[in-house]
Amino acid sequence: MSYILASNLVKKYGSGEATVTAISDMNFTISSGEFVGIMGVSGSGKSTLLSVMGAMNAPTSGCFVVDDIDIYRLKSEKRADFRREFLGFVFQSFHLVPYLTVIENVMLPLAIIKASGKKKRQMAESALAAVGLQSKSHRLPNQISGGEKERVAIARAIVNEPPILLADEPTGNLDTRTSLEIMDLLRQLNDGGMTIVMVTHSPDCAAFAGRVLQISDGFLISDN
Amino acid sequence: MTLKQIAVRNLMRRKGKAAFVLAGLAIGIATVVAVISFVEAMTGDINHKLEKYGANILIVPRAESLPLTYGGLSLGGVSFEMEEIRETDLARVNSIKNYRNIAALGPLVLGVVKIDTHRVLLSGVDFKTARILKPWWVVDGVFPEAEGVLSGSEAARVLNLQTGSPVNIKGRQLLVSGVLRPTGSQDDQLLFTTMATAQEILEKSGRVSMAEVAALCQNCPIDDMVQQISEALPGAKVMAIQQVVKGRMETLAHFRKFSYGVSGVVILIGALVVLVTMMGSVRERTEEIGIFRAIGFRKSHVMRIVFLEAGIVSVLAGLIGYAAGFAATSAGLRLFIEDRMVHLNVSPGLAAFSFGLALVIGLASSAYPALMAARMDPNDALRAL
Repeated sequence: MSYILASNLVKKYGSGEATVTAISDMNFTISSGEFVGIMGVSGSGKSTLLSVMGAMNAPTSGCFVVDDIDIYRLKSEKRADFRREFLGFVFQSFHLVPYLTVIENVMLPLAIIKASGKKKRQMAESALAAVGLQSKSHRLPNQISGGEKERVAIARAIVNEPPILLADEPTGNLDTRTSLEIMDLLRQLNDGGMTIVMVTHSPDCAAFAGRVLQISDGFLISDN
Repeated sequence: MTLKQIAVRNLMRRKGKAAFVLAGLAIGIATVVAVISFVEAMTGDINHKLEKYGANILIVPRAESLPLTYGGLSLGGVSFEMEEIRETDLARVNSIKNYRNIAALGPLVLGVVKIDTHRVLLSGVDFKTARILKPWWVVDGVFPEAEGVLSGSEAARVLNLQTGSPVNIKGRQLLVSGVLRPTGSQDDQLLFTTMATAQEILEKSGRVSMAEVAALCQNCPIDDMVQQISEALPGAKVMAIQQVVKGRMETLAHFRKFSYGVSGVVILIGALVVLVTMMGSVRERTEEIGIFRAIGFRKSHVMRIVFLEAGIVSVLAGLIGYAAGFAATSAGLRLFIEDRMVHLNVSPGLAAFSFGLALVIGLASSAYPALMAARMDPNDALRAL
């Protein structure tokens, strides 16, 4: 069971007169198995919030707890371990490693775990099967479409079977039809018990979420 | 997928950069290997040649009085009436422990003779040995037989001798077989004849006044040789010609230091090539490193990838550098050393050293880039696009 708690989260950049407040005193909880959308216009603080939730961006103040673990009390290397074990991250620009094949990209999070090559390959093939891309496992990223790249990114995020998936604008670079395919995929993963937090500016995509947090100028203005 | 596979795949992707780093390091290693091998071979060759040029140990009769000569000038009467060394005793030198280090043993019998109105030193030598001990001797004429005499250039001038001139020494008629060209040493003032002839003339049958020894000291310190000869000849005084020995050693030491200095500079340049290239590579991989960190790679994992890349290139550089250095030394020896007897041996120790040096240099030069990569903030790295 995963349980996410954000308490009095504040994130500021810069100092003095050049200080920019990206997140202002944000409080929310997310239960295990929820599909939560985070919506807001550009510059509202969505991606900053996601990076804080991804244990990659320490808040200026406040705390962020996952499964009773105060993430930002952990040392840097322990936070890396937390990311590996608890989180799957889907980036807006896919961020696939260009010189690795599809299956090698999916196996990337497994490079640092102790398992046989065969076991790692099985896990990667299973993740690719879940996103419907088994036939393209030996292609390079520049040999597949945008939608397929997004599927590879999702496969990489779930190969370790993390309890939480964080997705930053997963359909931002995709056409409508492909976007819907990706959203269907995310819903299937959520139906399987995975907690999903998705940043989006698209109401159509947000409709797939069970709950939407609306953010504006760093403030949480609604939680529906 | 393992960290090693990630490192190898990145090297294969950036073959040009990898080759550049490999070349920089391999050239450095090749230089070190070539310099060390060349220095060792040249040292052996120089040492061998230096040892051929004259004696480095003197055996003289033990005497109570101090000699009154300095730099070839006699400041008092030099006495040759001290008890000479017996030839049979001198033969014991060939039975010392390091007898193989003796390149030549040249006995001399010395005595003063009168020719016309001049007093001159007559020296009886074994001319075969003398040719080894004094390779700078150039004779206008030929070396003498039993009834012949070889004149030093100054002695010939003073005594008005030339090749073919008769010379009467203590009632014995000898013929000048040749005249030495000027040597700049005391040999210019002497008359030389065979050992037997000189011993008869000087009435010193079976005895010698001193002996010169050319010892090969590469594997045996000169002091050991002196000690062993002294024990074989308790009645003689055995001395190393310190200036000669020290001079040789200093020449070799200077040569060695200079060579090592040059190779140190080349290695430093190789290390800088590795450092700068790896830093550039890390900067180009900001996104990739951000991905690694975001998906849960620790800083140590990122560093390990950089070190693995450097390690793979360094291993190859060590192997290639050693082979290239060895080949360069072989070619260099053929060009610079006329003596075909100089050998270059494959040295497992040097191979292991060059391999280890390549690894140390490669990894040490990659330390800063690896640290730079590990310290990248994943959030900043991913936002940088």
